[in-house]
Formats: sequence, C-alpha cells, structure tokens
Amino acid sequence: MYDQFKARAERAGAEVHRFTSKAEAESFVVDLFEKEQVSDQAGHLAVWADCPFLDAAFKERVSAIPGMRFTVSREDANAAWIGISQVDGAMAEIGTLVQDATAIDKRLVSMLPEIHLAILDTNTIVADMPAWIAQADASKLGAYMAMITGPSRTADIERVLTIGVHGPRRLIICCVDKLGGEA
Amino acid sequence: MEKQFRESIGTALDDAKLSAALGKFSVDYKANRAKIYEDTDFEALRSQIAACKSFAAAHMEELAAQFTKNAEARGAKVYRANSPESVREYILKVAKDNQVKTIVKSKSMATEEVHLNPFLEKEGIEVAETDLGEWIIQLAGQRPSHMVMPAIHLTRDDVADIFSKEVEERLTSDIPRLVKLARERLRPKFMRAEMGISGGNIAVAETGTVVLITNEGNARLTTTLPKVHVAVVGLEKLVANFADIAPILKALPRSATAQLLTSYVTMVTGPTPTDDGGMKDLHIVLMDNQRSAMAHDPMFKEALQCIRCASCLNVCPIFRLVGGHVFGKVYTGAIGTILTAWYEGLKESEEIQGLCIMCGACKDVCPGKIDIPSLIMEVRRRVVKNQGLPLLQKSIYQVVNNRKLFHGMLRAASVAGKPFSKDGFIRHLPMFLSDLTEGRSLPAIAAKPLRDIFKKIEQPRGLQQKVVFYAGCLIDFAYPEMGEALVKTFNKAGIEVLFPENQTCCGAPARYSGAYEVAAQNGKDNIEALLSVEADYVISACPTCTVALNEEFIATFKSLGHTAYLPQAEELAAKVMDFSTLVKKLVDEGRLTLKEGQTLGKVTYHDSCHLKRSLRADQPPRELLEKSGYEISEMFECDVCCGMGGSYSVKLPEMSAPILQRKLKNIKDTGAPVVAMDCPGCVMQIRGGMDKDGSGVKVRHTAELIAEQLKD
Repeated sequence: MYDQFKARAERAGAEVHRFTSKAEAESFVVDLFEKEQVSDQAGHLAVWADCPFLDAAFKERVSAIPGMRFTVSREDANAAWIGISQVDGAMAEIGTLVQDATAIDKRLVSMLPEIHLAILDTNTIVADMPAWIAQADASKLGAYMAMITGPSRTADIERVLTIGVHGPRRLIICCVDKLGGEA
Repeated sequence: MEKQFRESIGTALDDAKLSAALGKFSVDYKANRAKIYEDTDFEALRSQIAACKSFAAAHMEELAAQFTKNAEARGAKVYRANSPESVREYILKVAKDNQVKTIVKSKSMATEEVHLNPFLEKEGIEVAETDLGEWIIQLAGQRPSHMVMPAIHLTRDDVADIFSKEVEERLTSDIPRLVKLARERLRPKFMRAEMGISGGNIAVAETGTVVLITNEGNARLTTTLPKVHVAVVGLEKLVANFADIAPILKALPRSATAQLLTSYVTMVTGPTPTDDGGMKDLHIVLMDNQRSAMAHDPMFKEALQCIRCASCLNVCPIFRLVGGHVFGKVYTGAIGTILTAWYEGLKESEEIQGLCIMCGACKDVCPGKIDIPSLIMEVRRRVVKNQGLPLLQKSIYQVVNNRKLFHGMLRAASVAGKPFSKDGFIRHLPMFLSDLTEGRSLPAIAAKPLRDIFKKIEQPRGLQQKVVFYAGCLIDFAYPEMGEALVKTFNKAGIEVLFPENQTCCGAPARYSGAYEVAAQNGKDNIEALLSVEADYVISACPTCTVALNEEFIATFKSLGHTAYLPQAEELAAKVMDFSTLVKKLVDEGRLTLKEGQTLGKVTYHDSCHLKRSLRADQPPRELLEKSGYEISEMFECDVCCGMGGSYSVKLPEMSAPILQRKLKNIKDTGAPVVAMDCPGCVMQIRGGMDKDGSGVKVRHTAELIAEQLKD
C-alpha cells in the first residue's frame, strides 16, 4: 500500500520519505530545517501545528532552532518558510493525504507557508476513497476535512502546469512506521 | 440568426490565437483523458453518478430540507434563495451586518450566474476573484469562456498585458512569474478580507457538508482566513449520502483536468474556529433559480446530473473553433446551451443552440450520463415551438410532408440540376435540406432515382428470406448506386430486398431543425410504408436514417405526446438494422462469402457520428473491409464529425468548412488512396471536399466496397 501511495503522491508532485522509527523522522525534520535555512527572519520561520509527533522531548530539541513558532498567528504563518502538521490518514490509489483540519493552526501552517511538511503514520494509509469513506464516521465528520494531493498548482495560463499559486510550492510527506500515539 | 451573432462567429473563426489554443487543448485533452481513465470502468462509474444524481434531482426538496437541518445542527446558517436577486440581496445583507469592505472569492459559477460581483462592487465593496483564471478574467473585464478554465481563450501575452495594467509595470510573458505575481498580489487581500465567498461542488444532505474541489489552494484560504464564509450552492449539487462523494470525486478531476484528484478537496461541515479565537460565521445559500423547475421537467431533469466538469466543451468540434464567448453565455458549450435556456430563459439560448452539430461526442464522455444532444434538440424544439420556423424552412417542410410533391420536385431538380453537376460530384446539397438561398445553384441529383432503378433490378426468384430496404433521400435520389450495391449483396446471401414505394424522408432534417410536427408526420408515413410488407429486417445504409427509424420516431412521438403511434414505432424499431451490422452477421453465419486472399491495399475509415455514437456499430464495417482484403490505416480523430450535420453545413457553412478541412487532412495524412464510411451524408461532404481539394482520394460507402468483393 505504501509503495502505491508513494508512487501516486510523487506523480502529483509531492516528496515522500519513509522512516521506521520516530527518532529517524525527527532527524529528517531537523535536517530539513537546516537545509531550508529556517531562521528568525521574516519569511524563514517554521510554524508548527500542535500534534503528537511534536512531543515534549522533540519540542525541546527543536526549540533550540531559531525561528520555531508553536503558537501560530496568521502573520507568522504568512511569514513562514515551512509549516508542519500531522495528518490523519492517506489514500494509496490517489496519493492523497487526509486531515481533520478543524483546528485553525493546522490550516494556517498547511496553507500559507512555502513548504508544507506533513507527518503521516504509515499504518493509516488506506486503499482508496471508498475505503476511507467506509471507515469515516459520517455522523461525526470534522468541521473542516482536508484532502491534500501534491502541492498547490494551476494551469490557468495556456494550460501550462505551474506549481505554487496560493498554497505551498512543496509538499513534503514524512511517513513514520512506528509513530506511536494518536494523530 | 442575428447579424451580430453571425459576426461574432466570423471574428472567432478568424482569431488564429484562439483556434490555436483551443485546437491544441482539444487534442491534448482527449489523450490525457483517455490515459487517466485507463484503469477505470467509466461506464460503471458514470452509471453510479447518474444514479445518485438522478435520485437527488427526484428528491430535491427532501434533500434540501435534510441538508438544511443537518448543516444548521452543526451551526451553519442556511438560506434558500429562489431568484438571483435574493442571492445578491442576502449576501449584501450579510456583508453589511459584518461591516465587510473586502471580499475574496474562490471560483464559483453560481455567483457568475447571478452576476454577484458588479452588484457588490456597486455597493462599494471590493471583490477579488482569487482563482488565477477568474482573476485574469476579472481584471480584463470579461466573462469566463470555459467553466473549468475561465481564461482558456487568452495567451500568456494577453495575461502579461492584463497584469501589466494592474501593476502599472511592463511585465514579460513568463508564466511562472505571472503566477508568482498573482500570489503576491492576492495574498494581502486574503489576509485582510472580512468575507470569503465560495461555490460548492457537492452538498451532502446526510451531513450538511459543502465539498469544494480546487487546485490552487485559494478555496482553502477563502474558507479559512476571513471571519465570514458564504458558500453559494446550486440545488443540483445536493447528494443524499456522504458515500456519494466518492464517484463524483473520482470522475470530476479525471474528466475536468485529467487528474486523479485535484490538489485540494475541502469539506466544510459547520463553522470552524478562526485565528482570533472566535468561530466562523458560516452561511450557505442554497440557490434554486429554475433548478426545481428543471427537476419537474420530464426531459430536463436529466441535466441536473451535471457535475460541471466541462468535458462536453472539451470534446466539442464546435467549441474548439469558436470558444465559449460565442458558444455560450455564463455557462458555455453543450451543457451551457441547456443551462442557459433554463437559468437565463429560452430566448437567451435561441442562437447558441443552433451551433450544436449533433455529433454526439459530448454524450460519450459525460460523467453524469446526460444525453446532451437530445436535450439541446429539445431546447431547439421549444424555441421553434415558441417562435416558429423561418418562413422559408416552413415552406420546405410542408413540401417534405407531401411525399409525392417532394419526390416530384426532386425529380425536377435532377433535370434542372444537370448543368451544374460535374463528374457526378455533388457540389451542393439536395434542396430539401437547403435554405434555397439566392445565389446557390441547384444540387446535382441522380438522373434516375433508386426507386425507378429498383423496379428493373432482377432479383433471383424464390428467395425465402426478405428484408425491407429503407433508402433515405440521399441514396434514393443522389446515390442510387449505393442502393444497387446493397441489393446485390443481400441477393448473394439469398435474401430478397423489398422497396416499399411510399417510404419518404426519415424526418431527421425537420427534427434537427426543431420542426417536430413535420418529423412526426414523416415518421407516421414511413411506419405505414415499411410495415406494409412482411420482412425480417428493415435495412438502411444511412446511419442517420437508421437512428431515425429505431430511436427518433419514438422520441419525437413522445415529445409531442402522440402516443397512439408508439406501438407501431416500436415494432418497426425492433426490425431496424444498419447495413454493415447485418452484412457482418451474414458473413459470420457463412451465408455470405467474401473473396479470399486478396490484397487490396490501404483504406482509412471515417466514423459517421450516428453509426459510432448512436448505433455503436463502428467495428462491423472495419471487420468487413479487413476480411475482404483491405488494410485499415486509422486516421487521427477518425470519429470526429466531418462537418456535414445535415442542414448544418448549409446553415453554418463557415463552421462546417474548417471541420471538413481538418477531416480531409487527417484522411490524406494516412496515405490511403480510399476512405470508407457508412453514411451517404458523410460521403457527400467528404467527396465534395476531396473533389475540390483535388487530391484524388476516393470516397466510398462501405456497401459499394463490399459489393465489389463478394465471392460468386
């Protein structure tokens, strides 16, 4: 299931990485911050939506990096280079992430920055849309359910595919096999 | 047709940039669409969508009530708006209540439909379209030409010009930079807007959810950043159950943009927290504007199955020539013609409905399984019913309804037309199809019609099985040799061919002009004639006639409420078969043998619209040709209309001509010396074109080619 998810998500323009342990994934995230030169300067912030991946220990570790924001305002998100949120599942057939984005911080960090880094528990990938619908409880739908497939795109000028119109230019998906905890 | 409209067609046809953009798109779209649906059972998928959407249309009021109850239970305010005016007034009131100065909008055809922007702007509110295409259109002061790609008619240079004016700086036509500029310009508007307005692609009654499907991410920002969100949703967007979103989310992106899924799908169920610690003020406007009236119309309720993918525009040979600013109003193209007739009034679709050539390409790809051509025909019928036919057409059809007079005139034309015909080529249409406008020379009509020749054909005696041959006007009066070939073929198979003399025009020309009463009379006359003799089959070698006999008599009677003739029409329909299908059957049964071991060289095959998309009989002629020793060399766009469309080529020659030219090129590109087809109408169009072209490619009816290859 993961292989199909990865292939389809990449076809849609996402970058997909997989790690067995949370520790490896954490290192990937820290490296990414470094590579992307996250800093306190406007335009270079990293904004976090609260999530299980960001547990106390990891939060302390990343807090040492300048430019981290754990309480997210629209201004910070707008001035951020990277936004990080954890998603609730994915659909392999179409390479799509699913997120209950009712919490405003999840939306701000996944919409406004240049890069959206999505943390995904590999075990939550289901086959396709009908499979996701079958397991979703329609009577208790989150107020803002989001499906995300690749980065923001347009083809409105001469049908030329252009990435990053109003949303992130890059969608980086960090799959973790042994994430622990609930999303 | 009004002069102004006629001129707009001419201008669009002359617009090289427009035809280049739309032409390339139509080619790319078909390839991309085919690829994205590769592993999908499209028929099953669209049946699923048609089932859930037709259920929703039949239960519109219940679902609207259920949606309202569930959305309100989650905290949304739902407003039912019956008219465009009430949509505008409600939104203005919400804006005023919230001291709104700036509104950001994500793409919404519903708000285009009610002309919301100019109304709000007049009230002093800044309205910014944020979908890139819509923003371009807004800055240019135009209307969308395509419901999915609003700015498809503009080039990068046009966009650079439009943006340059906006930013008062000369921009180059570098697309990524233009897109970046849009992001930078619109982001501050998102940040400060007090209200966001969106449409809705699906409204789920079970949960009170509005589903939004976008690629750019602007709908996410529109529904997240401003304090107030108003979603304007047409009643046709309702579905009963949450699970119903699956087939729509599967088909819509595939059909609209050849994507597995758009970048974003957003499902809003009730208000959400805002970033100032409060809660969103969520308003959902359920817009009627004739949708409930459509739901009560026995024919047009089907149009409510539309999911607004625009694939009917993308495959349309007419749309790709003139685009949506000519072919449509707010909604454009094929479905746009139907929606315009309802949302803006029948009068508004009077001219655009005439642009449809009835090739049926849209019907094949519609994920809502809507019989779009039939609905456009019904629009046409109602237009004619309200306004009557042009006087000249009326007098022609009076003649068509009097067989003896009609056939007498055709015989007269044969004599009168002689000086104008050359080498047996038809340069003009038989007059019964034409408007007989001044300056048009008379058509070439065969010296002897088939009905006269037929009497002299000596058929073998004592043949047990019999078929009735329905010739149709073109074979009867213009191409009797096709009829002779057909008789020869069936005789070889041991079948006697009968030709009831009272058969007359199949009524298609009248029907396609909206003259249903004339078509109905043709239907009654033919039913009487064709059922007057005992036979196993009624055979036609003209697919348009075949479809008239086996579907359209019934449809015409139903439209007019002439139910008394239905049983006979159905009896006839059950016996009708096209030439190639029956001949293929006879060959398979061993009753007819083709010469063996021949190498006849290359032939390319043109799919006639009715044979391919109504009768679904595109394979039998190919198999027959191959079996007789031809090598089929498929042409590009083999199943795209040749531009004949019955009287279309006379009414709109300027549209018909470029379609024909494209067809001729595709034929010649195969290098085949012969092009085969099963429709005498297509033969007339393509043979005439090839004659003028001088390329020497032979244009033949399959019946003629097969008759030459029968084993003795």
